[in-house]
Amino acid sequence: MTAFKLAFRNLIGAGLRTWLNVGVLAFILILIIMHFGMLNGWNRQAVTDMIAWEIGGGQIWQENYDPYDPFTLEDSHAPIPNSMQGEIEKGNLAPVLITQATIYPEGRMQSILLKGINTVQQVSELPTADLAGDYTEIPAIIGTIMARNARLNVGDLVTVRWRDVDGTFDADEAVIVGIFKADVPAVTAGQMWIPIDRLREMTQMPGEATILIADQEYTWYGSEEGWVLRDHDFLLKEMRDMIRMKTIGGSFLYVILMLLAMLAVFDTQVLSIFRRQKEIGTYMAMGMTRSQIVRLFTVEGAMHSILAVVLGAIPGIPFLIWLSNKGWAMPVDSEGFGMAIAERIYPAYSVGLVLTVMLIIVITTTIVSFLPSRKISKMNPTEAIKGKLQ
Amino acid sequence: MENNEIVKISGLVKRFPIGGGHFTALDGIDLTFGTGEFSGLVGPSGSGKTTMLNIIGSLDCPSEGTAVVLGNSVGELSHKKAAKLRKESLGFIFQTYNLLPVYTVFENVEFPLLLLDMSAAERKQAVLDALVWVGLTDKVKSRPAQLSGGECQRVAIARAMVKKPQLVLADEPTANLDAANSHNILQTMVRLNEELKTTFIFATHDDKVIKYLKRKISLEDGKVVKDEQK
Ligand SMILES: Nc1ncnc2c1ncn2[C@@H]1O[C@H](COP(=O)(O)OP(=O)(O)O)[C@@H](O)[C@H]1O
Ligand SMILES: [Mg+2]
Repeated sequence: MTAFKLAFRNLIGAGLRTWLNVGVLAFILILIIMHFGMLNGWNRQAVTDMIAWEIGGGQIWQENYDPYDPFTLEDSHAPIPNSMQGEIEKGNLAPVLITQATIYPEGRMQSILLKGINTVQQVSELPTADLAGDYTEIPAIIGTIMARNARLNVGDLVTVRWRDVDGTFDADEAVIVGIFKADVPAVTAGQMWIPIDRLREMTQMPGEATILIADQEYTWYGSEEGWVLRDHDFLLKEMRDMIRMKTIGGSFLYVILMLLAMLAVFDTQVLSIFRRQKEIGTYMAMGMTRSQIVRLFTVEGAMHSILAVVLGAIPGIPFLIWLSNKGWAMPVDSEGFGMAIAERIYPAYSVGLVLTVMLIIVITTTIVSFLPSRKISKMNPTEAIKGKLQ
Repeated sequence: MENNEIVKISGLVKRFPIGGGHFTALDGIDLTFGTGEFSGLVGPSGSGKTTMLNIIGSLDCPSEGTAVVLGNSVGELSHKKAAKLRKESLGFIFQTYNLLPVYTVFENVEFPLLLLDMSAAERKQAVLDALVWVGLTDKVKSRPAQLSGGECQRVAIARAMVKKPQLVLADEPTANLDAANSHNILQTMVRLNEELKTTFIFATHDDKVIKYLKRKISLEDGKVVKDEQK
């Protein structure tokens, strides 16, 4: 259509101001796609990691278990129902027994969670095989961050103190037999994993568990008194809420950035309509209708965003692809953050994301360009030709 | 209505609101322009020439009376109809050229054709023809800023003429030009008037223009005081 051609020529003719607006819009476009791509990538990575390390295909909790209230741990263990034994043997379920304990690395005192798990299991990537073998001390594996904070290395001994089922304190030496790296604080933060049989002996809770982790392909459809199923929706809710909050928070920032950019486009439009009265009058004299001229100026303003999309793509596409391969180093570790977050996040962009962002920018720019252009339809042609309005 | 009447003005009054009252710029004008005329509204500054040309050009409306242009009564036209009349049948030439600065000479001349349904090939031919008329074929790709005043006004004439309008309205076309350029431009317009039978109406107080006019209508304080044919 001619309006596009004319608008394009005018816009290019306007020079520096055009390129400033286009540059700002392109920058915002890339920034928004990058940011939401990061959140998306984080979400993906976090969910993958949580499934791989912590939640498997879902968990079955002893009904009193509440991960946010360590004081309930004393009451949240129970003998594993017979109906589950078969699945445990098949490797579809892995029981975990959890108790509070204290360790004394280098004479300091640190409160931890002791978690017992089978040395042979396939529901979590935890290197539980390291725990197998005859040890006099309690064999234990810990996460890298815990190891660093408590200054523990493989082969180090550390005193552990715990209470048995009757509340009686007991203590023993544990030996670190493995250190693993996982970005899931729920399996690393202040935790020590030991063989479940050993923990059962230590606490005098034979055959008991606090939770059972299901294999990714296995879903528990049974029902047992005193046990509840926690599916992905439940277990991932907090993570997802967090990302949703971050998304909303991010959106506010971008709404403000967009407002600033739109102010610039608006200002450019107002100025260009004011300065180009004579041109507008000439268009009228040549027989353009007012609505055609309004359209011309609207398209011209909106073209800022189209140019931004086209020109933003030139640095934007290589940059965003590079970023998605190289990842973005996170300033926090997962334990400091309290949520699954990798040291590097690899942004993931969806077609929907890119299209939505582009569409929003094009539509808002069009509206913002249209608003001041309406003034043209109130212009008197004879005054406009003289260029003497206001 | 005679067949060769292109503009018929009867009892035309134009008042502009000023402060609380009115200023009467045109005061009871009766005039008829025939097809193919090369005529001019002549008079001192402020006598109402531009106002009259604007009304004939359907850019403004009469306060009283009628101005019928090519069968259209200007005061009764909707914005759209008036735009259509200008687009199809009228050409304008301004004192200040009013070229579009970001367009090349070719694009400036092409502009009126973009508003009409014409193929790119037809447009190109018409633009090149128009540039031949005004003798600017070597400046096709130049931009207005690179042209002299005389060249700019020739581009403006080409732009006004390119669609072969029935009526061309030229408001002080030589006011910003030196004598040589003024004559050159007037000669071009006389030739186009003869070759294409285009009707020209000027508004001017420039003697160099007046010399070329075949009909001279003198205005004073919004009234016709003399109407002489040559
Ligand atoms: N929009 C307007 N508002 C008020 N007065 C106007 C307006 N346009 C023209 N006039 C007045 O009408 C008179 C005729 O103006 P104009 O037609 O421009 O004269 P000319 O073109 O002959 O110099 C002048 O006195 C001018 O001040
Ligand atoms: Mg005038």
